[in-house]
Amino acid sequence: MKYKDYYQTLGIEQTATIDDVKKAYRKLAHKYHPDVSKDPKGEEKFKEIAEAYATLKNAEKRQEYDDLGKRTAGESFTPPPEWQQHYGASGSSFEDVDISDLLNAFRSSGFANGSTRRYANRPLPGVDYSVKVSVSLEIIFSGGETDVTVELPKYDKNGLPHRTPHTFRITIPKGATEGQRLRLAGKGGPGTDGGKPGDLYVILNIAPHRLFRVTGRDLFFDLVLAPWEAALGAKVEIPTLGGTLELDIKPGTSSGQRLRLPKRGLPAQQGDHGNLYAVTQIVVPKVTSVRERELYEQLAAASDFKARAQ
Amino acid sequence: MKMNASEWVWLNNHDVCSARNLIEVSGLSSEEFDELVDVGVIEPVDETAQVKSFHLRYVVTVNTARRLRDDFDLDLNGVALAMTLVRRIDELHEELAATQARLGLEM
Repeated sequence: MKYKDYYQTLGIEQTATIDDVKKAYRKLAHKYHPDVSKDPKGEEKFKEIAEAYATLKNAEKRQEYDDLGKRTAGESFTPPPEWQQHYGASGSSFEDVDISDLLNAFRSSGFANGSTRRYANRPLPGVDYSVKVSVSLEIIFSGGETDVTVELPKYDKNGLPHRTPHTFRITIPKGATEGQRLRLAGKGGPGTDGGKPGDLYVILNIAPHRLFRVTGRDLFFDLVLAPWEAALGAKVEIPTLGGTLELDIKPGTSSGQRLRLPKRGLPAQQGDHGNLYAVTQIVVPKVTSVRERELYEQLAAASDFKARAQ
Repeated sequence: MKMNASEWVWLNNHDVCSARNLIEVSGLSSEEFDELVDVGVIEPVDETAQVKSFHLRYVVTVNTARRLRDDFDLDLNGVALAMTLVRRIDELHEELAATQARLGLEM
């Protein structure tokens, strides 16, 4: 079992009062809470902060934690003999046990402090777990399946919670959206004192695509044109998630124009498809041949067009 | 270890549930839930229906409200204010993402 230094996590001394604990927690929660923080690592940091606070704000849990002795964060250690005895030292390994799961299991078993249940018997719901899964735009377009793996506590015959990876196969419906969530009731952490178990949430993220940018159900991509294609018009092949299409470029097309292809975006679970937008970009060759240069010079001499006069 | 995922429910914008479901799932009180409806953070599918139903995506909203309430010790007004601001931030994020997609800017 790896030691977690809850005091270090909250940035306080072991002698800190309950008010100090609360103050440190609030300060850090304001900074890292996933609902208010912009820090990409905020959620992970907040989990550590909340776990430390859950133990240190409760005098009895804090005492149990302190009884483990002061160690270095991340150090492997063996729990005290009475803990091992409770879980049958010979039958259980503490190697893959998370210290917070163990403290929670102690609370629910009533083992703490000589087997007397010191905590309030109010049923407490289990912790909700959430995991992010990144899905390709192609799967969002057509629907499909993906596997998601999450570590959940699993109890051995002695009641010791081991963190075990669980893999779930989930069906992604056609037209699922960025940030959409899937809920699996009862697959989170166990409840205590008769409380219902927590839930497991899978949060869907659409993986960045090499061509398309997504907003809602609409897709955008850059359609690169040569100057003569933009000036004279052209038929160009464009990519869509459903295959390639031929698109008519009108003569006199400028850079930055948005060409809309109705209902070629992402499908909706109900209602209309989104649109596909080709955003034109006119590019010129970095190197020009003698002949090309001559033609450009002829064009410049013959044309009345003043780009900056518009 | 592979598990049967038949109990999966997508929290989308077309399947619906009752106010009671949302209260049970989140752990909010009825009073807190009603306040979120009153301030417009949660909107029923049909405002005029006698028994109101709500889109399943609100499971996320009510859980966020409960989490903020618990994590910051918020009272009724605090929860309503925080959720109004969270909704506004979500709207702004969507607008920002849409603008970035249109202009081809990196997030």
